[in-house]
Amino acid sequence: MLEIRNLAKSFGGVKATNDVTLDFPDGSLTAVIGPNGAGKSTFFNLITGALKPDSGQVLLDGVDLAGRSPPEIVRHGIGRAFQVASIFKSLTVQETMLAAVSADQRSSAVLHKRFPLPETRDRAEHVMELLGLAGKRHRTAATLSHGDQKLLDIALALVLEPKVLLLDEPTAGMGPEERWRMIDKVRELWETQKITVVFIEHDMDIVFKIAPEIIVLCYGRILATGTPAEIRNNSAVIDAYLGTEHAGAAA
Amino acid sequence: MTELEAGRARALVPVSSGAALQRYRDVLIAVIAFAVLASLPLFTGSKALLDFVIRCSAYGLFATSLNLLVGYTGLTSFGHGMFFGLGAYGFGLIMQKLGVPIPVAFVATLAITAVIAAIIGAICVRLKEIYFAFVTLAFQMLIHSTILSWASFTGGDQGLRGGIPRPTFLGINLANHIHLYVASCALLILGLLAMRQIAQSPFGYTLRMIRDNAARASFLGIDVWRAKLTVFVLAALFAAMGGMVMALFVSGAYPEFAYWTISGEAIFINMLGGVSTFLGPMVGTVLLLLLNDTVTRFTEYHGIVLGVVILFFALGLRKGLLDFVAEWFARRRKTGEGR
Repeated sequence: MLEIRNLAKSFGGVKATNDVTLDFPDGSLTAVIGPNGAGKSTFFNLITGALKPDSGQVLLDGVDLAGRSPPEIVRHGIGRAFQVASIFKSLTVQETMLAAVSADQRSSAVLHKRFPLPETRDRAEHVMELLGLAGKRHRTAATLSHGDQKLLDIALALVLEPKVLLLDEPTAGMGPEERWRMIDKVRELWETQKITVVFIEHDMDIVFKIAPEIIVLCYGRILATGTPAEIRNNSAVIDAYLGTEHAGAAA
Repeated sequence: MTELEAGRARALVPVSSGAALQRYRDVLIAVIAFAVLASLPLFTGSKALLDFVIRCSAYGLFATSLNLLVGYTGLTSFGHGMFFGLGAYGFGLIMQKLGVPIPVAFVATLAITAVIAAIIGAICVRLKEIYFAFVTLAFQMLIHSTILSWASFTGGDQGLRGGIPRPTFLGINLANHIHLYVASCALLILGLLAMRQIAQSPFGYTLRMIRDNAARASFLGIDVWRAKLTVFVLAALFAAMGGMVMALFVSGAYPEFAYWTISGEAIFINMLGGVSTFLGPMVGTVLLLLLNDTVTRFTEYHGIVLGVVILFFALGLRKGLLDFVAEWFARRRKTGEGR
């Protein structure tokens, strides 16, 4: 279980994350929404160690990870993918996966053996199959399509076998059809891998269709949490963010 | 890993035997290369040719070690020559002052280099590109001026004179030109083989990840700082090996070995040969030394000629010679498959 307690971060006078307290039960699928500048990415950066919180706790199964370095937090089981696919452009898909497994098995500093280590094969293979990248294993990451690069980014997080997977806009920069393919993949991963998934998404149709739980952030604060139906009818959310269109659709 | 997974991994060993095969191939190439180089004196009496190979050994080790930083890790050091100088001076001083057997001085020099590289590296590898480049350069200048000003110990601008004693060990007499030649070749081949192993190890791929995207590497649980420091020290060791070969060759050590221009030459070599292949710097070494030797014979303005050649590679080809060849082969293979 991932518990966020009174998390806060300011940049100058701007409170990017303001006293956020949330619970993500094991195996939950949660969408984080909010207008631009609501502090969604900052929230992810605080959890994963890319930024140090000013105060508050990030508890994973009771262990406080707030303020620790990204490598430490990853090792405790919080993996993430990025808004702009963050990959290794000169490595092939397969090399990327094998090297990531090496890092997770703490063999990334091994000097006397040849890459790849046999014990990294299985997991790399499994995740490539899972994300449909096995057919492109020998492609250099830089030559992949935008969508495949995003998948590779997610594969990098997933291959570490995290307990919690944070996806920062998995559908960013994709066309409508590609978006749905991607989000179906995310849902499928959540169902088959039984991990906690939290994702940031802008497309309300996607969010309301697939996320059982939704968190609305606004100016660094939690505006509302709840099921799609509850969020649709929440007057504060409608005023601040949704407008009347989605509310009308719900009614 | 559970027992089940372990069993599966064992079953998969044949799949990755490609890696082991690659290692045997590298060793085989090394053995053949050494055999060819070592038998050269049987076919030619040309002392100049053998000297050329010895100098290639010294510079080749040095330039290839820089490629571990520049090409594999994306750390552009402008001060890598300090370790070449440290190797030459460390080895020369130990031999002159302590009179220990050569292998002892060799290992002791590597140990000293490792300690100094660890200290300098700990300060430098946290810095971003241009700052890393200039702070390494600053350390090089520091070491160079220490050598110049500490004249009672290092000989100052005269260098280590009076020759480096080269007592016979294990039947190897490095005062003998042929022995020195074969030993240099052996050090070159062993050094290259070790660096090749580093480049193709899991650590080598960690370096590539850091070069491509250090932030992402840290989100995979990699301690980027420690990996950079490790490769900084390893590269320094091979640079020092190059310096020791040089010291043995000239039987002395001179402040120029630690001057910033030596770092510049290693960077030129890497630009000439290319950093995308393991042997690029080795090709670059041969090119630069050949150019140097032939051009200086014809004109005193050799700097101009070298400059033009380097500009041609940097602006014209936009890559090193071996990069160019490797790409050409890749293209040809592709069109071959297309047919």
